[in-house]
Amino acid sequence: MSKISIRIEGLGKRYRLGAPKTAYKTIRETIMETLRSPFQIGRKGLSDESNNTFWALKDVSFEVKQGEVVGIIGRNGAGKSTLLKIISRITVPTEGRVRIFGRIGSLLEVGTGFHPELTGRENIFLNGAILGMKREEIKNKFDKIVAFAEVEKFIDTPVKYFSSGMYVRLAFAVAAHLEPEILLVDEVLAVGDTRFQKKCLNKMQDIGQGGRTVLFVSHNMGAIQTLCHRVILLEEGKVVEDGGAAAVVQGYLSWGSSMTGQKVWLKNERPGNHSLRLISVCLKKAGGIPAKEINISEEANIEIEYEIVKQGARALFSLILFDASGYCIFGSLSNTRENAYHDKPLQRGQYVSTCTLYGNLLNNGRYHVSIIGATDYWTEDFRADHVIFFEALDDGRLKGDYPGNFGGVVRPKLRWTTVALDDLAHFHERAERESSQ
Amino acid sequence: MNTPILTIEPSKGWVSIKFRELLDYRELLYFLVWRDLKVRYRQTALGAAWAVLQPLLTMIVFTIFFGHLAGVPSDGLPYPIFTYTALLPWQLFAHALTQSGNSLVTNQQLITKIYFPRLIIPISSVLSGIVDFAIAFVVLAGLLIYYGIVPTTAIFTLPLLVLFTIAVALSVGLWLSALNVHYRDVRYAIPFLTQIWMFATPIAYSSSLLPRPWRDIYGLNPMVGVVEAFRWALLGKAGGLGPSVLISASVVIILLIGGLYYFQRMEKTFADIV
Repeated sequence: MSKISIRIEGLGKRYRLGAPKTAYKTIRETIMETLRSPFQIGRKGLSDESNNTFWALKDVSFEVKQGEVVGIIGRNGAGKSTLLKIISRITVPTEGRVRIFGRIGSLLEVGTGFHPELTGRENIFLNGAILGMKREEIKNKFDKIVAFAEVEKFIDTPVKYFSSGMYVRLAFAVAAHLEPEILLVDEVLAVGDTRFQKKCLNKMQDIGQGGRTVLFVSHNMGAIQTLCHRVILLEEGKVVEDGGAAAVVQGYLSWGSSMTGQKVWLKNERPGNHSLRLISVCLKKAGGIPAKEINISEEANIEIEYEIVKQGARALFSLILFDASGYCIFGSLSNTRENAYHDKPLQRGQYVSTCTLYGNLLNNGRYHVSIIGATDYWTEDFRADHVIFFEALDDGRLKGDYPGNFGGVVRPKLRWTTVALDDLAHFHERAERESSQ
Repeated sequence: MNTPILTIEPSKGWVSIKFRELLDYRELLYFLVWRDLKVRYRQTALGAAWAVLQPLLTMIVFTIFFGHLAGVPSDGLPYPIFTYTALLPWQLFAHALTQSGNSLVTNQQLITKIYFPRLIIPISSVLSGIVDFAIAFVVLAGLLIYYGIVPTTAIFTLPLLVLFTIAVALSVGLWLSALNVHYRDVRYAIPFLTQIWMFATPIAYSSSLLPRPWRDIYGLNPMVGVVEAFRWALLGKAGGLGPSVLISASVVIILLIGGLYYFQRMEKTFADIV
């Protein structure tokens, strides 16, 4: 049996939810809170079990053996970075325990602590010290770092004059020469040009083969499959899969490919609360035809069918659209003024609320939808995640004679105008002449 | 089964201060101080001359307005050197307080990306002021020669007094830096605090203006003890050290221990909130 490097037992991390405004409080707020509950000073934020907290990680347990290279994947907000932050001791878990057997080094960002006013040489020493290297160690590796970064000529120039490519190369070079027994890496391969990325990947591979334990978080499935033997898939703060790299990555990628433009819940499984229950969510393309594919230049409707079970309840919905990689594109609220039913107390019965996606809004690609429902002004909300998956197809109408792909998650049709400047000058001249008469 | 090198758990209640760990990270402390010094004067035209100009110009202004126009008594010493001797530790203190009070917020990039004992940050920002102090001290040496004042052997306590000044700044800076993470009000309060504090400290005037019991109680402001001790060590102020210095030292020790504990207690939330 090989030795254990990291053992994680029942790890959980709870965060306070809040807009940036509430992230740090003003003294006035605290004074008010303290007056209300004078024996809770300083503890309140972390210990109260109110509903504006959420678990970024919950009941996470696994072991990593010495020399294993483990990839951690999952959509944004799945808890990957939180996990690394706890293991690297940047933040404290709310519950559970991590045991680490070995000297640990973490690389959550390249160039942490780089100062633009300092030269390349000075930054190597500073950054090295921040990453936990001793001065002697940095001195010994200095030439190798500079050579790896390919910035020999500029080593005594302040890094603010570096091109962004040179900057990240130098930053990665320092980090790549860190030699802990356990290395934590968070999405740092996405730096530099392709050639340098390859070089970094090779370096990472060397690290992995050197018998060191590596935990590697990435969205780059190619890199994950190249580097890791084992992959852990996180979803909503929980480990949902743990196994061989190829199998887990394949499973993850095909998630969502089982497209379905319609979701109908069984009667006893309908999500909701005591006032409101969802019956179905359905995507309909132009002409009101249920679909799982829409044309990006045509309007499409998403219909939310629900039942009001409590007389006089109000129904509010937020429709949240995500792209294939899980990035939230937008959320849209149902309580618009022009709608006669919304925000009004409703009779018991069944209703349909429809959200219209304009034509010429989305880019081609895959999307999925989550629904948040609420009654009585968001006091009792519930959510139904990833209820429908659909693909937006490009019929080429908006492309004109441009043959390539458009970047971005949306592709709105915007107004463009063109005038000849000569005409404009004539126009102004004439306008001036007329006004002076 | 080998024992874990490190166990990460939710921390409960009061935690002990990990001095050993602090010692392990002394190289990082060194590099952060070094960074502050390198960066501070890199894009200034006058460079390190600022370290001299600030206390020197303040001394001139004080000498004109308080020394000459208002005729504030200066314990029989020439007014310029009387006030400059107080301005030296004051500048060290004010700089250290401002820097350390804002240190966690200005270094949030580091705090959210890498682990190290967070205490390193306020400590390093306090230490970088010592170089400025040393530079400004050269002017004081010049003034001593000019006025023909020969210091007594008390001058050898100077390193201890610098440490005392740093301790005062750190004792308050620790509280402020940790509070600043949660309440950005602190950032706006610091300039105001230092301004008020300056007038509450006998820099432009002498604490001998106060009658006896009050002069000792005045030591509750720890900077009173610092200034008194500096004048005693450098200018050989007659009468030696009053009890106010002892009171100041006690206040600092209490504030410092409290600050260390408060800082350690809040430390775990820094990365989540800052």
